[in-house]
Amino acid sequence: MFSVPLAAPDDFEGWREASRALVMAGVAPEAVEWLVEGDPVPLFGGAAPPAPPPDAPPPRVPRDFPELARLVARHRDPARFALLHGLLHRLQRERGLLEDAADPMVARANAMARAVRRDAHKMHAFVRFREVRVEDGAPAAPLPPPPPVAVPADPAPPRNARAVALALRDLGRLEEGPGAGTAALEAAPGAPPVPSPAPDSRFVAWFEPEHHILRAEAGFFARRFAMLRWSILTPEISAHWDGTEVAFGPGARRADAPSEDAAEGLWRAYFASIFNPARLKPDAMRAEMPKKYWRNLPEAQDIPRLMAEAPKRVAEMVARGATAPAGRRQRAVHVPALARDAQPAAAAGVESVMPADLLSETLPFPEAQAALRRDLLARNDLPPWVANATQPVMGEGPQHPLLMFIGEQPGDEEDLKGQPFVGPAGRLWNKALEEAGVARDEAYVTNAVKHFKFTPTGKRRLHQSPDAGDITFYRPFLLREIGFVQPRLIVTLGATALRAVSGRAMPVTKLRGSLLRDPEGRPFYPTVHPSYLLRLPDPASKAREYDRFVEDLGQAAATARGLPSG
Amino acid sequence: MELREKLEILADAAKYDASCASSGTEKRDSRDGGLGSTEGMGICHAYAPDGRCISLLKVLLTNACVFDCAYCINRASSNVRRARFSVREIVELTLDFYRRNYIEGLFLSSGIIRSPDYTMEQLVRVARELRTTHGFKGYIHLKTIPDADPALLAEAGLYADRLSINVELPDPGSLKALAPEKDAGGIRLAMAGLRTRIDEAKAARAESAVTRVAMAGGRRAPAPRFAPAGQSTQMIVGADASTDATILDVSANLYGSYRLKRVYFSAYSPIPDAAAALPPAAPPLVREHRLYQADWLLRFYGFTAGEVIAGGEGGMLDLEVDPKLAWALKHRAVFPVDVNRADREMLLRVPGLGAKTVDRIVAARRVRSFRMADLARLRVSLRKVAPFVTALDHHPRGGLLDRADLRALVVPRDGLAERASILPAGLVARPVQLPLFAHV
Repeated sequence: MFSVPLAAPDDFEGWREASRALVMAGVAPEAVEWLVEGDPVPLFGGAAPPAPPPDAPPPRVPRDFPELARLVARHRDPARFALLHGLLHRLQRERGLLEDAADPMVARANAMARAVRRDAHKMHAFVRFREVRVEDGAPAAPLPPPPPVAVPADPAPPRNARAVALALRDLGRLEEGPGAGTAALEAAPGAPPVPSPAPDSRFVAWFEPEHHILRAEAGFFARRFAMLRWSILTPEISAHWDGTEVAFGPGARRADAPSEDAAEGLWRAYFASIFNPARLKPDAMRAEMPKKYWRNLPEAQDIPRLMAEAPKRVAEMVARGATAPAGRRQRAVHVPALARDAQPAAAAGVESVMPADLLSETLPFPEAQAALRRDLLARNDLPPWVANATQPVMGEGPQHPLLMFIGEQPGDEEDLKGQPFVGPAGRLWNKALEEAGVARDEAYVTNAVKHFKFTPTGKRRLHQSPDAGDITFYRPFLLREIGFVQPRLIVTLGATALRAVSGRAMPVTKLRGSLLRDPEGRPFYPTVHPSYLLRLPDPASKAREYDRFVEDLGQAAATARGLPSG
Repeated sequence: MELREKLEILADAAKYDASCASSGTEKRDSRDGGLGSTEGMGICHAYAPDGRCISLLKVLLTNACVFDCAYCINRASSNVRRARFSVREIVELTLDFYRRNYIEGLFLSSGIIRSPDYTMEQLVRVARELRTTHGFKGYIHLKTIPDADPALLAEAGLYADRLSINVELPDPGSLKALAPEKDAGGIRLAMAGLRTRIDEAKAARAESAVTRVAMAGGRRAPAPRFAPAGQSTQMIVGADASTDATILDVSANLYGSYRLKRVYFSAYSPIPDAAAALPPAAPPLVREHRLYQADWLLRFYGFTAGEVIAGGEGGMLDLEVDPKLAWALKHRAVFPVDVNRADREMLLRVPGLGAKTVDRIVAARRVRSFRMADLARLRVSLRKVAPFVTALDHHPRGGLLDRADLRALVVPRDGLAERASILPAGLVARPVQLPLFAHV
């Protein structure tokens, strides 16, 4: 039997050093006893383990092992170091061991790591600081040496001994001795309604972690409260921060921490008020905030009362039932933007008597556009999928344009922004338009279908092609739009637009590049939709088809310039 | 009015908002000044007896409101006592609570006073003061007012980690009926605006990070952030007649359309001083729980909305059993599933196997053939999975899956579980609670 002493209950580095040597020396885990300060002392001490042979290869571990081992080393279980040694030993032959979560040793180590992680998380959550005012400034007299360290021994004397001494002096321990400090503390006066930390304040907490986690978790509090002075006292060890470095000192007792704080009254009032008595779920509360933490949580003392009163409060609410509305209401001095929009700015009285499609002819262009949008929104027979769209996306551009482009329907980005052709396909179209020598202000752009039709999948919205019914529903709106835009030439992009303009299903690929006439005799020019170019998989055909698209646009522009203006 | 009294009124008025999440934002701390830190993981600093996590100081700026939403305790025609914090009071309360480690930060909402712009201005002032005057590095969640000036929303995103707008009710029709001043279309528009800004800020930051690397850590400042923890929303369940199918459909749409981090469901609970337009009693709390479970199946388990809803009847989820078990009971033909052979997708469908457990099984079976004891070591409830899996030493007893009373055998009971007829030596089922509020 060999004995290996470790310097502290969480002495991971010590364990690592020793266990490396043990594995290299080929010592079986069963033959080693780990002696840890604070853990039960074994009856028989063993000999020092043999030194490893000089040419022994160092042990190798998978990437996840050090993190797991660090966590397990903080566990309270006296067998933790033996378990880790056992794992390290087996890992030399079973490389994939940690992957096997059902292996009893791995399962045990995982459970211990989980417990330590949870303990740390609960510490971040449940530490409660109390503010202490202290006489500060440079110490009047030289500080006495740090107090004798009781149990457990620190791995090394605190590097920042002066910081510990300062902190302990703040807590009144140096003069009074352990445990008698409270009398010397002056709780922060509660005079101002919301006290602010005075420059001479120290925030002190008493906490009882289940495992040896304070040294590992002090950094969390140092990062969070870097500009405050604080101390966290636990039974085994204490941590003190003065703005530069965490100093660790001996363990403390509950009585060493202040017993009250001026803000606790407000906090308890908040806790009681945020609780909804109509939904009592004490098991869910206890699962996440086990009772063992309650005695150090100021708000927890109100829990029994809150729970006892809850059923009565709810019964009273229900019994009172609905109450009459208050006579003196809150005063509204504004009309929400949407309510304003809902009131048609112009021609409110005209609409009800005039057919919608006649109206636009008589209206100036911007009003005609607004009226089209309003009439669309007012329809109560919109296709059901419209409920999932954000907004209708209407056309954009000048009246009497050289070209009026009609696409299929808005996509994800268009739906969000309320503008046509601002998504990936729209950007490609814009580029092609420029290359075809058409100025942006010579083009009006819109869609055959005005809402985004899609299938929701958890993460994104998948474009869904409009069906014949959708095209038919939106067609009157499109025709009305064409009526007031009065382009020289219409360009349909893709099959949906071709169908909407021509009134029947026709093959784009066969017809593209030819000048056609719609049922009313207006000339139009079909080509592909830019999203078709985006979908082509291989770069060569993509480039070829893009060139063809630019050519089509140029051709359309040239044709339009030869036509009489609308 | 005393500060404490205001706090009581304005916290009480805020408690109907379910969200208290403080996770998923950027990492920052106070080593370079200021107060506070966020390290990615949300922290629940306390739990109230209603089982909800208390992570943030969740208060209203004021509970006075010009809107008259029937389901809301703060509606204009309600008889509740009104109070209003000053900006300074909220700022100092937040800092004082934070220094004592009571909270992760602030969740600030407000009734609408004077105008949406005025109200939003006040909310933004609180956030600005916390961030710029006090260097506050903790978490800030601001409720945004859909009608407010977009410039105010843009400023809110500079200071807040998360922004939210509540859709309130799944059906636009019932929103119109119960909340006459609210507009479902306007709410969607505001969400679309937030998503656009969040996406743009993310893209700009990614780009500026690349440039900084290219310039070898040059001086160029990172692009401004915008609500790094994203946006969320809340729907009240049980205040109108919407079915679970409608609710899940709306929530799936909201996730996909506006990239919401979270859609919260809040079971309608009776409020003091209720309006006559509302149901007199609360729907069972378990409905809210089932909806969350269903939502999880949709987002992380590869179920479709249709499949989840088909587990129940008439567009409503089964209240008695969780939606995965309900689905399994109606699709017995696909079971039992062999834990040693089935692919990941199929294992995810087994009642009692969570996503993490499934990943562990898939990793471990490369070196091990699973017996039931191995499953138990992965903390699987054998009672729950036994009828639906086969393992090296386990085949569900002949005809078990065909038994008409299988449902009765697997439905969780209070107290000691009925388990004798399924497993010779099973485990008492542990209640499975989804982490609803802590980690988004």
